[in-house]
Formats: sequence, structure tokens, C-alpha cells
Amino acid sequence: MREITYRDALKEAMAEEMERDPRVFVMGEEVGHYQGAYKVTRGLLDQFGAERVIDTPIAEAGFAGVGVGAAMTGLRPIIEFMTWNFSFVAFDQIVNNAAKMYQMSAGQYPVPIVFRGPNASARQVGAQHSHAVEPFYCNVPGLAVVYPSTPRDAKGLLKTSIRDDNPVVFLEGETLYNVKGDVPDAGEDETIPLGQARVVREGRHVTVVTWGRPFYTVLEVANRLSGEGIEIEVIDPRSLRPLDTDTIVQSVKKTNRCVVVHEHWPYGGPGAEIVDRVTRDAFDYLDAPILRATNLDVPMPYALHLENKVIVGPDRIEKTIRDVLYKS
Amino acid sequence: MGSLDMQPGEAPAARDELARMFHSMQLIRRIEEEAARAYVQGKIGGFLHLYIGQEAIAVGVEAAIRKTDWIITTYRDHGFALTRGTSARGVMAELFGKDAGCARGLGGSMHMFDGPNRFLGGHGIVGGHCSLAAGVGFRCKYLKNDEVVLCFFGEGATNIGGFHEGLSLAGLWKLPVVFVCENNMYSMGTPLERTLPAKDITDKAPGYGMARDRFEGQDVIEVRDRIAKAVARARDGEGPTLIEILTYRFRGHSMSDPGKYRTSEEVEERKRKGDPVRIARQRLLEAGASEDDVARIEAQVEEEVADAVKFADESEPAKESSMLDYVLARTTSGDGPREGGGA
Repeated sequence: MREITYRDALKEAMAEEMERDPRVFVMGEEVGHYQGAYKVTRGLLDQFGAERVIDTPIAEAGFAGVGVGAAMTGLRPIIEFMTWNFSFVAFDQIVNNAAKMYQMSAGQYPVPIVFRGPNASARQVGAQHSHAVEPFYCNVPGLAVVYPSTPRDAKGLLKTSIRDDNPVVFLEGETLYNVKGDVPDAGEDETIPLGQARVVREGRHVTVVTWGRPFYTVLEVANRLSGEGIEIEVIDPRSLRPLDTDTIVQSVKKTNRCVVVHEHWPYGGPGAEIVDRVTRDAFDYLDAPILRATNLDVPMPYALHLENKVIVGPDRIEKTIRDVLYKS
Repeated sequence: MGSLDMQPGEAPAARDELARMFHSMQLIRRIEEEAARAYVQGKIGGFLHLYIGQEAIAVGVEAAIRKTDWIITTYRDHGFALTRGTSARGVMAELFGKDAGCARGLGGSMHMFDGPNRFLGGHGIVGGHCSLAAGVGFRCKYLKNDEVVLCFFGEGATNIGGFHEGLSLAGLWKLPVVFVCENNMYSMGTPLERTLPAKDITDKAPGYGMARDRFEGQDVIEVRDRIAKAVARARDGEGPTLIEILTYRFRGHSMSDPGKYRTSEEVEERKRKGDPVRIARQRLLEAGASEDDVARIEAQVEEEVADAVKFADESEPAKESSMLDYVLARTTSGDGPREGGGA
């Protein structure tokens, strides 16, 4: 083990998979000569050449479609969106083509492709660069939606996603690229299966399910509340579809309370899905309604003080936890 | 149908080849006429877009390419499935929503697929599939083989963004793709002068840095020879071509469209002058076949069509297990299938 950044963990996963399988290539805006808008692909061009690290024009629908066509005929593309906000212009390719092709063709054309890039908000980048997109893609059968919160998960889950025979929407937290953490040594080939949540912190009073940037805020809050004798169990689903309901439900059966914390808008989406599943499978164990702490239901404003209000932060998380504990 | 190993643009049509082409065109025509009848009887549901009037294109194209080349098209796709090698039974059973269909009844009229025959399907979001075609072309270039991709669409699709981006990338990277616009003059019910800012679609080609060609597509031999030239260019690494084939559909846009936006005089005139099946029949006679030879082919087709309808009628319905099993492919990571449909 050594400590590396989330960014480098992702890069290592791609490099190792490209080394292992000549069918794997990376395509996107500025992934090659510029070394990646967020430097996630830094060094790949030198290592693998321009035939496998391919710079594209600004044409998301086009290069996403190129990826799908290549995947249908046997290659294993990694398509980078400079930000997931831009994926909406490629939505047709991801939803109508990548996700539906295998079933529509009765299994004749699988689509082994990974779409990846930074998701959710950074700092003061306004409404069109701050979108958490997971509800849109979680709604679609045929897609996996993966969202690692730590460097180790980033590497292990990306390796699995590249080897998967299905389209994977791989969301990276835009503010997580510099986060450092323990990752097995290069070449150790740790893969992490999709659909297995991780109990990150054990506790007995309330289960908090969270991913992405709020994952770190929740841990902060959990440490603080521990001082008051409130022990929070933190669960990171790691993949939002497939979703590991069992691990979450088992935890709620122990703690009897549940909070879901996420950066996507509150209406629908995986947050609401988790509430539904826990209600269905652990209703008799609940001592309080399940609550969610989410971003506010508005497009992201530019002004910093307003942005701070919109993004789910420690205060809202702590208040929500106190609310389900009836300790406000 | 299959590769005929002709030199592009040169080979005279041999009688045997004309006989095969006539057979194929007649089969497409008759399968679709029977499909229209079955649609009215309620055996086929949803949308049904017929290719009647445009048969020379699919058949001419197939004569110009190899089995190892790829074809992708829009939802007017029955003709291409048949020319690629899908059986009449497989096509009819798919239309009837049966398990024996070429997409096990999951795709229907608009989404026929044939993996082994390299038919990449009929696609409902027209233009988006132009990017898929570029992707398949990318794959051929990546693997350094000499396979070529042919991408078909109507003139109505040339306004959508997917068309632009697909052609733009194919031109930029000199991918081995032949983009073929089957211009049948009507984008659904709207004539092209009300949908297209340009009269000549191939005027767009220079903007994508690609070669172009434009011709009438009612004569199967003309189609074969002109397509062959573009295919040869793509195979030789000279990049994509945008072709506009001027044609005409004899029916409405789909079965729900009575086609009132065209006068019956216009339609009759086009049928009289430009019925591709009749032109192929005439060519076959001129090449030395007798009326009896032609009648034998027609009788063969009748048998094949009747057999296909009977087969489709009697086949098992599409299975619930297919619907669920094909949501996700088995992963290669050794974890087996993940969460399936309905989870």
C-alpha cells in the first residue's frame, strides 16, 4: 500500500487495463496532448500513443456514439466527458443506444463501454458546470452507475468497469481528484465488484448512506457527534446501480434509523430509491422516518455564499441526523 | 446474396447475378406486401415502415460489398436484413413478435439485427446511428483490417446533430465509412423543399472533408457500380464518402400514413417510370432469361413468402425470459450477471 490521489488511482486503473487488453482505448476532449482537462489521463499518450489515446473535437454526441459503435463491434472504449454536465448532449447515445442495444438486439450486440468524467459541483462554476447527474442514469435499465468516493475504490471499481461487458456510467467527484488515500501497489490488480456497498464506519445510533463529496463531510460530522456519544454507521454504496440493498438494510435493522446524504437534487433519483427500499425491507425496524440531506432544489448559483447554501454541508447533515434521532 | 467479387464499376451484369438480384428484390417486395396485409389483420403491431420502391438500393449495395463489411440503417430496415442474409422466416417472425425472429421479438419492425451477418440494426433515433457507424469505422481502422461500414439514412435525418457529428468525426479521422442518404423526397409527410436548406445533400460533403456522389437509385446495377467505387475508396484508406441516392417510396411513411401529401398522379408516374423491381426484371430478360425463367423465380419467391408467413404464424411468442436475460451481458470479470431486469 501507498498513498496516492484519487486522480492518479484512476489513471493507474486505465493504464493497467490498457496494458492488459489491447482492445481498451481512451477517447475524449483533450485527453491526449493536453494530458486531460483534470489531468486524469496524464502520461497515457506517451505510454500508449495517439492510436489509443484519442483527442476529439467538441462533439460529445459524436464521440460517445463512436464509442458505442466501437464497443458493439468488439473494442472496449473509455469515453471521457470533460464534465458529466456535457453528457446531456450525448444522452441519446448513452440511453437510446448504449443501454438498450444489448436487449434490443436480443444479445447479439453487447456494449462494453465506460463513460467517465467529473461529476457534481466544483467551486463557483455556475449552473451548467455543477450538475450531479446520477438520477438520470440510475433510471435506465442496461446501465451500471458507479461513483467511487475514495482513491482505492476509484481504482478497483474502474478496473472492474472496464472489464464489464455492459455500459458503465462512471462518476468521479470533481472535488475529489486531489484526495489522497491508501491504494494497493501498482500492478497489484485489485478489482472491486460492482454492487457491493462498504461499511466505512461502524455505529449503533443511525445509518447514514452517502457517496461522492458528501462522503467526507459525513465522516467529519460523524467524528464530531461521536464526542457527544452519537455513533453513526456510514455506508458508501460505491455503485448506485446495481445497488447493494442488503448491506444498507442490515445496518438499518441494527441502528433503526437512516439518513441518506447526496449532492443530486432531491426529486427522485438514487436517494429516493434507497428510502423506498429501506422502507420496504426494514419498515418494522424503523424508529423514525428516513430523511434525506441533499442539495437545494435550484440550479447552482455562482455567488459563493449562495453556492454554500445550496451544497449539502455539515450543518444540514448534522441537523438531519439530529432530526431522525429526535435530538434537535 | 453475397460477395460477387466484381471489379467496381466495370463488370457487366451477368445473367446469374441479375437473376439473384431480381430474386432478392422480388423477395423484399413480396415480404413487405404480405407484412402490410398482416399489419391490417393485426398480426403486426406498432410502426411498420415499408421499403417498397427503394429495393434496388439494398440489393445493389449488397452486390458491391463483402460479407465481412458492416451495414447499419434506420428503422426502414427489412430490406437490409434480407440482403444481409436474414431469412424471410426470421424477418417475418420478428414482425410478428415471435421468439424465432431475428431479434427474438424484442426489436420488431424498426429494430432488426443480425449479428452473424454483420447487420448492425435498424435504428429509431435517425442520425444518432451515423455516430455508431463512425464508431464501427473507427474499430476497423483500429484493428487495421480492410472492412468497410455502410450507413443508411433518409434525407430527413440529415438535419439532426447526430448526422453532423458522425460525419464530422468520420471525415476528420478518414474512417472507412460510406454514408448513404436514401432520398425518397419526403421526410415523413414533409417534402424536402420544406425540410432542407440545400437541394443537394452532397453539398455538405466538402465540409466534412469527404468525397461525394449523387445518382438515381432505381436501377440495381447502377447502384452496385456507384457504391462499389465509394467502397473501394474506403477500403483503400482514402476515407469516407457521402452519397445521395435519389429514390421514391411507393407507400406512405408508415402504415399509419395514407400519404395524402402526394397526388396519386405523382405516385403513379413514379411507379410507371421507376419501379426498381420491374426494371430488374426487364434487365434479366434482356440478358437472355426467358419469361419462364422469370416466372420460376417469382414462384420460388411466392413459396418462400408463404412459408415465412406460415412459420411466423405458428412460431412461439417472444419469451419473457429473453426480455429479462438480455438487459445485461455476462461480465468478463467472473462475477456473473449483475442485477437483472426488474431489480
